[in-house]
Parts: sequence; C-alpha cells; structure tokens
Amino acid sequence: MTRLKADQRHSVRFSLNGKSVEGEAEPRMLLSDFLRHQLGATGTHVGCEHGVCGACTIVVDGMLTRSCLTLAAQVDGCDLKTVEGLAPSADRLGVLQQAFRRNHALQCGFCTAGILMSLDHYLASNRAPTEAEIRDLLSGHICRCTGYTPIIQAALEAAAELASSKKETSDA
Amino acid sequence: MLQAVKSANPGSGDEPWVGRSIERVEDAALLSGRGRFIDDLGVQPGTLHATILGSPHAHADILSIDVEAAKRLPGVAAVLTGSDVKAVTTSLVVGVKAPVECWPIAMDRVRYVGEPVALVVATDRARAEDAAELISVEYRPRGAVVDPLGTLAPGAPVLHDGFPGNLASDRYFRYGDPEKAFAEAPHRFSIDIRYPRNSCTPIETYGVVASHDAGEDAYEVLANFQGPFSIHTVIARALKVPGNRLRLRTPPDSGGSFGVKQGVFPYIVLIAAAARVTGRPVKWIEDRLEHLTASVSATNRATTLAAAVAADGKILALDWDQVEDCGAHLRAPEPATLYRMHGNLTGAYDIRHVKIRNRVVVTNKTPTGLNRGFGGPQVYFALERLVQRIAIGLGLDPLDVIKRNLIDAGAFPYRTATGALLDSGNYQEAVALAVEQGRLAELKAKRDEARAQGRLYGIGFTAVVEPSVSNMGYITTVLTAAERRKAGPKNGAQATATVGLDPVGSVTVHVASVPQGQGHRTVLSQVVADVFGLQPGDIRVNTEIDTAKDAWSIASGNYASRFAAAVAGTAKLAAERVAGRLARIAASQLNVEAADIVFAKGFVASRHNPENRIAFSRVAALSHWSPGSLPDDAGQTIRETVFWTPPELTPPDDEDRINSSLCHGFIFDFCGVEIDPTTLETRIDRYVTMHDCGTILHPGMVNGQIRGGFAQALGAALFEEYAYAEDGSFLTGTLADYLLPTTTEVPEPEIFHMETPSPFTPLGAKGVGEGNCMSTPVCIANAVADALGVADITLPLVPARLAELVRGAEPPPPDGGAIATPAREGDRRLRGEGAASVKGAPEQVWAMLLDPATLQSVIPGCQSVDKITDTHFRADVTLGIGPVSGRYRADVELFDLDPPRAVTLRGGATGALGFGNAEGRITLAPDGNSGTKLTYSYDAAIGGKVASIGGRLLDGATRVIIGQFFTALARKAGGGGAEGSSFSLFAVLAKVASLFGGRR
Repeated sequence: MTRLKADQRHSVRFSLNGKSVEGEAEPRMLLSDFLRHQLGATGTHVGCEHGVCGACTIVVDGMLTRSCLTLAAQVDGCDLKTVEGLAPSADRLGVLQQAFRRNHALQCGFCTAGILMSLDHYLASNRAPTEAEIRDLLSGHICRCTGYTPIIQAALEAAAELASSKKETSDA
Repeated sequence: MLQAVKSANPGSGDEPWVGRSIERVEDAALLSGRGRFIDDLGVQPGTLHATILGSPHAHADILSIDVEAAKRLPGVAAVLTGSDVKAVTTSLVVGVKAPVECWPIAMDRVRYVGEPVALVVATDRARAEDAAELISVEYRPRGAVVDPLGTLAPGAPVLHDGFPGNLASDRYFRYGDPEKAFAEAPHRFSIDIRYPRNSCTPIETYGVVASHDAGEDAYEVLANFQGPFSIHTVIARALKVPGNRLRLRTPPDSGGSFGVKQGVFPYIVLIAAAARVTGRPVKWIEDRLEHLTASVSATNRATTLAAAVAADGKILALDWDQVEDCGAHLRAPEPATLYRMHGNLTGAYDIRHVKIRNRVVVTNKTPTGLNRGFGGPQVYFALERLVQRIAIGLGLDPLDVIKRNLIDAGAFPYRTATGALLDSGNYQEAVALAVEQGRLAELKAKRDEARAQGRLYGIGFTAVVEPSVSNMGYITTVLTAAERRKAGPKNGAQATATVGLDPVGSVTVHVASVPQGQGHRTVLSQVVADVFGLQPGDIRVNTEIDTAKDAWSIASGNYASRFAAAVAGTAKLAAERVAGRLARIAASQLNVEAADIVFAKGFVASRHNPENRIAFSRVAALSHWSPGSLPDDAGQTIRETVFWTPPELTPPDDEDRINSSLCHGFIFDFCGVEIDPTTLETRIDRYVTMHDCGTILHPGMVNGQIRGGFAQALGAALFEEYAYAEDGSFLTGTLADYLLPTTTEVPEPEIFHMETPSPFTPLGAKGVGEGNCMSTPVCIANAVADALGVADITLPLVPARLAELVRGAEPPPPDGGAIATPAREGDRRLRGEGAASVKGAPEQVWAMLLDPATLQSVIPGCQSVDKITDTHFRADVTLGIGPVSGRYRADVELFDLDPPRAVTLRGGATGALGFGNAEGRITLAPDGNSGTKLTYSYDAAIGGKVASIGGRLLDGATRVIIGQFFTALARKAGGGGAEGSSFSLFAVLAKVASLFGGRR
C-alpha cells in the first residue's frame, strides 16, 4: 500500500455514477468533503461526522459506506454511486424517488440522500422485503422530520413496483 | 376599496386545490441531490473558513490566551478572542431589565462548556482547526452549578453580578381569587416536576457566510436562520449598524430547524465580526459536537403545581411555581419559553382562579432558545401529570377528570383566566370521537388482560390546547405593567405576502416564512391557484428571504406554527387583492359587472355567460404592456404586498392578562404502553392522537407534521436528555450519547382529525406542528405511571431510571481487591486505592519516580520533560489517535516527600481533547523479602471534550486504566532496568484521553 505524505495533496481518481472523476486531496480529507467541495457533488450531506446519522451514506464498490468515515484517498480506483446517480434523467425521477414524493416521505430532505442510497442498494437484491426488514435496514438513519412511517411506506411501495416491473420485463 | 372575489369557484364542480394532498413542488430537487442548502452553495473566491475554540470548563476565569503559535501557522488569516470581538461589536440585548452583558464569545470568563473562547479564520477549515489546537488558554476554574433550584441556594456560585443569586427575573401573578378557592376547596393536590433539557437537533447544523463592506460599514450575511426576524434588530445592534446595513439572507433550502436555528444568531454576530476584522468573506459550518454542546436547547424547568379540587374532580384553582433554567446567558428571545404559554396555563380546562410565580435562573449550561413545543412540554407535563394524580387521589377515572374540566363547547371564543382568547373548538366532541374511533374500550380490555397475566401495561391520557401564531408582545409579560408603559407597547404579529404578475402573466408569490422543510411553497401554490383559477404548477413560489429587498417584519420567520394560520392566509389576501383588480379590468373588457367575474381554468370569465371570457395571462399582463387601457379605478396589478396582523393580539393589560397566541388547536391523546418486566424498556403499544387544527390546507403535510412531532416527542419521553455532570461537564456530545429515535422505535400513531375553523384567520387554519411535542411526552409518562403504579415520573423514561423507581437504587458492587470506590453522588471526581508487590528495593523504585529521563522515555508521545525544579516537572505530549493527533501540556509537582517511603503527586494536563487533574499518594515499604510493597490512592477528575464524546465510558475506563497503571508500574519496577515504566500522572491522563479519539 502506498504511503501518502500527510502534508501533500495526492491525486484521487474514481468512477462517480458511471463517470470518471479526479481531484486532489490531502490524506486526511474525508470522502464526504471531497465529494461535496472538490467535485461539487453536494447531494450527499453530512449530518454528524461520526457515522451515526447516516445522511452521508453512499455506495462504494457495491457496499454501503458512510462517506464521513471514509478518507477520499481510500476510494482511489473505486466505483462510487451517490444520490445524483439515482434518477434516470435530470427531469425524471426513478421508482424509489417517485414513491418518496408520493408518500411525503421527506420534509426538509437533508437526510434523504443517505436513506435513498441504503434503500436503492437493498432493494436491488431484496425483491420482497417485509416492513420489519425495511425498518431494520433504516435503523442506521436518523430523520427528524417525518417520523419514518412514510419512508417505510414509500420503500414498500417501491419494492412492489420494482418487483412487478421486473416480472413484466422477464415475462416479455 | 375593491372587493375581493371568491377564491373557490362554486357551481363549476371543480374542487379547490386547498385541502388536497398534492405532491410537493420541493421534492424533485431534494430527491435527486439538487437541494440548495447553505453548504451546497458556492462562495466568493477567497472566502475564509472559521472554526471555534470552545471552553472545556463550565465555569472558569480566563487568565490568558496565547494565540501566537496559531497565528503563525500558514494559511491563518486571523485569530479573534473576546477583546477582538468586543472592539467591533456591542453586547447582545438581554430580555429582562438587569445590568448584565451577553456576548457571543467569552470575554474574561467562561460560563458553560463549549462557550466560544477564540475564533480562528484560515484559508480552509482543516487549517483553522490545526491552528485552534495551538491556542493555549489558561483557565482558573470556578465552582459550577447546573441545577435550577441549586443555583438559587445561598452560597451557589454566581454567574453574573447583575443577576444576584442567579435570579434573572421573579414575578408573581394573580388571576381571580385563588387564595379563597384554595381555602374553601375540599381537596388540594400538588406535584413537583423536573422537566429535562432536550433539543429537536436538526440533521443540518448551523451555517453562516458573512462579509463586510468597510466603505459603507454594511454587512451581508447568508445564514440558515429561521426567524423570528425581531432577532435581526438584535444582530444589527450587536454589530453596531442600523438595520439597513445588515442584509440578512437565507438559502433556498434548510435541513430542518424545529426552532433550533433561531439560535444561530450569536454565531452570525461572531462570523460577521470576523469578516470585518479580516476584510474577507468568512464562512462557518457548525459541526455536530459544536451543535450538541453549544448551539441551543429547550429550557429545563423545575415546577411545583398545586390544584384546589372539588370532590367531583373539578379543578377550582391552580398555583404554579415555575423555575425556568435558561442556561448561562439570557439570550433573546428568552425568557420567552416561560411566557409563550402564559395565556394557556389552564390548558384545555375551565379554571378561573390562578396564582403564578415565575422565576428565571441562570446556570452553567448552554443558553436556551426556540425548540418545537416551546414552553408547551414543560407546562403540560406538570398540568397533565397533576390531572392523573387528582384522578388517582379521588378514585376517579383520569378521563372523567379531563372531561369534567374541559371548556364548554358553547363558550368560544373563551377568555382564559390568564388572558388567552381561545378562538374555537369543541373539545367534548373531539374527545368522544377519539374514544370511539381510537377504540379506547378495546385498549382498556387489553390492559385488563395483560394485567391479569401479570404484565406491566398502562394507559395514559392528555388533553392539550396547542397555541399558534405568537403575539410579539407576550414576552413583555415578564415586565411589570409600569415597566411596559415605559418601554412602549409591543403586540401583534405582522405576516407578509407578495403576489406578482410578470409581463407574460405568470404568477409569482413571495413570503417571509423561511420554511425548513415544511413544504410552504407547495401549499402557497395551492392557495393562490385557487384564487386565480389556475393550477398549482402555474404558481412559482419563492420563500428565500433577503432583508434588503423583501417585505418582512419582526414576526417574519418560521416559528410558533404560524405558517398555515397567518402566512398562507396573508398570501390568500394578497392574491385576492390582485384578483379584485383583475376582475375590474376583465369586467371592462368583457362588458360585464366586476361582481360577475369568476376565475377558472386559466380564464377570467363572466359567471352568467362562461363563453364570454379572456385568458388569465392576457388580463394579468395588461398592467405591463398597456397601463393606459386599464380602467381608472383598477390600479396596477403588477405586484401587491399585504401585511396582515390580527387585531386579537393585544399587548398585556394592566392586570397582566395576555392573549399570548392567536389560534388554539385542540389535541386529545391516549396511548397504551407495555413495560418489559426484566429490561424495563417501554414499548408503545398503541398511540391515538386527535387533532383539531381548524381548516386543513394539505392533509398529507398536516399528518407529516403530526408524525414528525410525535417522533420527536417520543424521543423526549424515552431517550433524549442533554446531560450535564454536577461540575458542568457536558456528557452527550455525540449522537451515540444523545440518543434519537430511529425506525425501530417509532410506531405509527393513529391520527384522527376534526375541523373547527378559526374565525380569526383568513383560511380558518390553525397551527399543528408543535402539538404532539406538548402532548406526547406527558401522555407516555401517564401511561408508564399507570403501568408501574408510581406517583413520580421523570423524563426521559430510560430503563435505568425506571429500574430505580421499581427496584430502588442499584446496590454498590461487592468489595474486593484494588477496586476503585464508586464516585460519590453528584461528584465527578474519581477515587481509588490499591496495593502491589514490587521486587526492587524502595530506594530503586523511588529513583525511578523522580527521574525525568525515565519519564520521557516511557510516556507515550512525550516530546520533552522539563524539570522546572527537583519536584516540579512539565511535559509536552503529542498523542496520535487514529488520523488525529492532539497536543497536551502536563504539569506535575511532588509534595510531602518522604524518601524513600512516600510522596504525593499533584498535577494536571490540558489539550484539545480536554483536561484532567489528579492527585496521588504513593507509599513504599520494604516487604521483608528484599522487595517493596507499594500502596497508592488517587483522586482524579477529567472534563472537556473527552467527557462530551466519551462520557458513557469515561468514568469506568478511567478507573480501569489507573488501576492497570499501578499494576503495570509494580510489574515494570519489579523487572528493573532503565526500560522500566514509572509513575506518571500525565501518562495516565494521556492514556485516558487516547481512548476517546478526536474528530475534525
């Protein structure tokens, strides 16, 4: 493993939502800060900086990751997915995002990005989750506005919709 | 004056948009990472970044601050201490008449943990934090006091000379004839309450970007402030500029507030001062530790409430004694938390005789401010706990006692004894509906069944009046009538809304409501679309505020649940005013009377002949393109701003009666809880909440407010407390210590509605956002009291606290060996003693203890040990903890030397992660076998950041480490040689600090 010099900036390259990006970071720079302030990907938010609130959650190489507990230098060469990569296009929302809007599953929207990332990641491999499973998954996220139930409802609706659209596709 | 047209369109069959749960216009951006929160916005090139060095002590004099090393660090533009800030600002105004000052940074004394001591401004945040660690502050600790009653005790440490005995205000009130009622009543019930400190803790923290134009001496500030904009006057005054030279703007999005972001204002002053000193824009984004430690919190309160009660449970009189703890400084708008509920101290009940003593005290804790519920949770916890106690005392059903006392449905508008004018309601019907729809009978049967099986199951009830739209004059109730006359009248609550039509006839709405996620833009688009016969998507709403350009007043902002009742209604009035003029214009073009004009489906048409119509956009654009063709009396239709203030919000009268709020919703809650007999964890089985918030504008958002408030209230009831040690150390500095409810703890409340429109608001709406924060904590507490059969319940209902209630205090651990004695009650000092056998002779061990070279070689990260004298050592220690390193300065002196038999060591260490001090006595005696018997005792205290972020582990870990250290010392000495360890207090402290890591 390369030893980085503490007082120097180092080049960091990775794939962000399918596009290659590059920037410079001191070894101590957090991934969340790098995404937001170096790359301008401000959709990922920072709420507690100690891994409890879940707002900064992103996907790194297929793994849910707290970007506030990850150094930018650690993800050099990795494949990252953030909230900016969820919508199919700039003027359309994905199935999960639409379910959130329909169910009023967000108010201030600050914690939402992390919750969406956890759900997007989970629903990709869990077609028919139960409410208890969704509640367990999301227990690592704090939302102060909604009281959670609309989020759970949105997740279950999105799961059902995704499952039926998958079914239609496979039937066709 | 032009007559407003009807907003709905009767007869057309079209439902109005208001009242529908349409999708929110805000959501698409927020769901795709395109929100624009303050830290998402770019800043001017060259903007500097600030960090704040907070006090590790709860109460101490600042003897000196050495900032030279920090200033020398590359990239550092300035380091400001109290005197630098004082040079460019003046003290914040204080809400009571007293000779005290209130600064946003400590001057020569700190009064709470986290109080700003220095501000570092550098090219980036990391460099600013590097520099902050190089600041060396010398403190002389003072005694601290954290208890609201303790602070009034004779001999308690005094925080401010201008508040003798820590008492900032002491007022007596009397309404009706309470003495007579108490003398004649057959029963008297009384309850003592300690309501804890908590906070709604938004997930986005504070943010400020400030700049200063020296040429005009004018400030520009962008902050996620939420109002009330009366605070604008406080900030401008502190910055020593007139209001027109403080341009305060808010970002498009704000990540929740719940009142809390009102508390950013002292930091606005600080960052603006830094911008002035450096001549550059300065940005500051608060971190979570700063937020939990030093942003703001709700007040904690000690209350004694007594009631005079008739045999049937009718409450004849109340006697309130409230001691409000506002923390270390009385910051604006405090003591508003205490007076917000003044008109509502009789709750939902018809009680004509009331006696009140209100005291406001200061303690060594973070200053308080706005928080969802604002005074309601504290009041209703006392009142509704007392109602349950009355029922138990008289052998009545608690619900019957509630019903016996509810204000009669025919009595509205009802003037309470203390002055509130309750606008509308039918409390009896609301209770009856909730009992039926919420299936109370079923819940009672469930309780009976559970109890028959020996389970701990209880039911709680609460009835609450939820005030909304605060009277800007209620806070003056803290002054006497004579003081009020001198100060001039304060009353009302100006709401503002602007409706504009552009040259293509599209509609823009602006309000000064500063939403923090509530969806104001969506609701306003519905309200205005209804007036103009358009679609909500046709209306573009802007809720950012810019005090230099927008219509605003002191009541502007997002607090006191004023949006639906006041702001949305004002937008309706503004749209109707424009529509009235458009109707006049259209009437002249369509050759009909203005009274015949309707707005529907994008057209302005004749009601009688709908084919006779003109496109809305054509009429709307006419003022721009052809003002000459407008009828003479129509006036312009380009932009209309309405200011609306309800006449009911009058100032306090000479008898101190105050209509503290405009609207009064009603809430009736009941719930069933089950408590695990082993873990004493409380589980909410069912929670029923009935709301009457008047006309509902958007059902989805109303339920969203109820659920959100319920979840926060559940946290306040079961988990949350801003905990302080007796020495003022703050113990809940992380979200792993300050526990918030998550998906696995929050059930779905069963929500029911009733709509009794308010006659005082344009849309009939009342506030709804804060009610459950008032009703739910006490409802759950009543259920838990019912389940456990206990009389006194204190929040939060953590299992450890319930265990004490049910099983008594935990017994001390069994004796044995060198186990440290438990800390004394109310004392964070740790004491312990132990013994060990060492192989070397006492002389050999003694030499090691006094040798600086040995010390330097064995202390982790030790840079140097200076031998000041033979018995005085000073060391610099740098500890690397993960990626973070912190510097400590340790100072140790030896006393009572009795070589080679005994020595006392006394010393302390300070650094970025906190401070510690300790004293230890070591005795060495030959063990008769060429070895040494070493015995030790110690007395240590640790505080500062380590206490805040690791408090849950700190005390136990400290004891373990000290014990281990002495054991290790004995072992090493036994091994002999130069590599052996040695006794070192700073090594102990450093080791403790290293356990808890730091953060950046």
